[in-house]
Amino acid sequence: MTTFPIEKIRADFPILQEKIRNKPLVYLDNAASCQKPQQVIDSIVHLYSHEYANVHRGVHALSVKATDRYEGAREKVKDFINAQSTKEIVFVRGATEAINLIAQTFGKTNIKAGDEILITAMEHHSNIVPWQMLCKETGAILKVAPINLQGELVYAELEKLITDKTKLIAVVHMSNALGTINPVKKIIAAAKARNIAVLLDGAQAIPHMPVDVQALGCDFYVFSGHKLYAPSGIGVMYGKQALLEAMPPYQGGGDMIRKVTFAETEYNVLPYKFEAGTPSIADVVGLGAAIDYLNVIGMDNVAAYEAELLAYATEKAKQIKGLRLIGEAQEKGAILSFVLDKIHPHDIGTMLDSLGIAIRAGHHCAMPVMDFFEVPATARASFAMYNTKDEIDVLINGIEDLIKIFG
Amino acid sequence: MFDDLRDLYQEVIFDHNRNPRNFHVMEDADRKVEGFNPLCGDRLTLFLKLDGDKITDASFQGSGCAISTASVSLMTEIVKGKTESEAEDLFQKFHQMTTGKEEEVNLEAIGKLAVLAGVREYPARVKCATLAWHTLDAALKNEQESISTE
Repeated sequence: MTTFPIEKIRADFPILQEKIRNKPLVYLDNAASCQKPQQVIDSIVHLYSHEYANVHRGVHALSVKATDRYEGAREKVKDFINAQSTKEIVFVRGATEAINLIAQTFGKTNIKAGDEILITAMEHHSNIVPWQMLCKETGAILKVAPINLQGELVYAELEKLITDKTKLIAVVHMSNALGTINPVKKIIAAAKARNIAVLLDGAQAIPHMPVDVQALGCDFYVFSGHKLYAPSGIGVMYGKQALLEAMPPYQGGGDMIRKVTFAETEYNVLPYKFEAGTPSIADVVGLGAAIDYLNVIGMDNVAAYEAELLAYATEKAKQIKGLRLIGEAQEKGAILSFVLDKIHPHDIGTMLDSLGIAIRAGHHCAMPVMDFFEVPATARASFAMYNTKDEIDVLINGIEDLIKIFG
Repeated sequence: MFDDLRDLYQEVIFDHNRNPRNFHVMEDADRKVEGFNPLCGDRLTLFLKLDGDKITDASFQGSGCAISTASVSLMTEIVKGKTESEAEDLFQKFHQMTTGKEEEVNLEAIGKLAVLAGVREYPARVKCATLAWHTLDAALKNEQESISTE
């Protein structure tokens, strides 16, 4: 991996120069949120300094400029995930809002009492709760496909749970708690054969691998910008155009209309039908800048580099006595979830923090996963393209030292 | 190694974490209340034996981080023999110590519990230390079957 420009990448992320508790920051909480390169930060500063106004409204020069930037970012997102059209790219606050949007529009229109929604046992709360809410409202039934002790989806069981009542399969592309990458192509093929819609929660997958929604064939793909080196507060709902056309709007307001009288309202065309109100303009521009940045590096290269990091970290972690990995799927992204014998994850988190190492300790918004593995919480080191093997050494040494202290 | 953490993880805390005191089920308890911190997954069951308004015995079961385990272990030791109002008073002082401003805290008034004063500097960990006391509070007020800190 001599070709991966790790030094250059690290230099682009100003926060990586920070000292935390007088030690160099080792940031391994990327599955929660990623740091931002200077290029993304600059894009926002530049917009607000030179090109900012509201979008889609003014005839004046700045509004035109801001609209160009905003719509330019939509074009970049479309290309990044290979959607067919920018009409299929809807900007939302994040993956969570995207799933809620789909539940409240597609869900309410297409899912009735007695219908079934199928998810997996490794979903993030954001791909559980909106469906529970919808089921409560409609009388639909939520079904859950099981996972095994490696943290993999038991595909055969998922297939068995598909019935002629199934209206939607909503699956996480890559698990934030386990790192597992699901066999989404197989799931989509099975669903398509029965004319069932598929939603992929791509919040965790998108920063780690190339994503091509047309090759996947999913109906919906959702992700958050903040895990993709872009600002927080912005995300994307991709939906196939025909589905989006048929869906009612989510929120009412400005920008999502074509014509309003007190008698009735004519909705705007896609994607604006789903973008009521002034959007998070600068964050969208920042998302575009993040995509530009990633395109230079290449998502294939990112995936290959991170696979090497994960293999290295896994091998080292396995040598630590008393460490149990939670999530050992064959197909796995760069996440190392673990527990230590007799040391609670929160103690691990605080101990590592004192060494400048940022990890996550908790249930990772996936309480059912914790229940399955019968742990109250896990410690999770999650890697990004700017992490290094040296940082993994710091982590491993830190874990070994804290085990000694707790002894 | 971990020098910055000496205020938080004092030896007494490691000791109570390794060998928690009064760590057992109390079959004939007068009060039994569960405490749960959903954020960390700390979970404990507190048992109390009462004679009038006096706490004659206290024990606990459960699992949690070193801070929460040490906190509940120390608490069961210190509340034995206290009246309900004395225990409530300790809870207030403890709460003040872990969340309040330094000048308001009288560490002498709470004896051994002072080893947990360090959590004040770690906002994310304060709830680990106070879970035991919130659970005790609920047990004394006999209000709920289980309590949760969030």
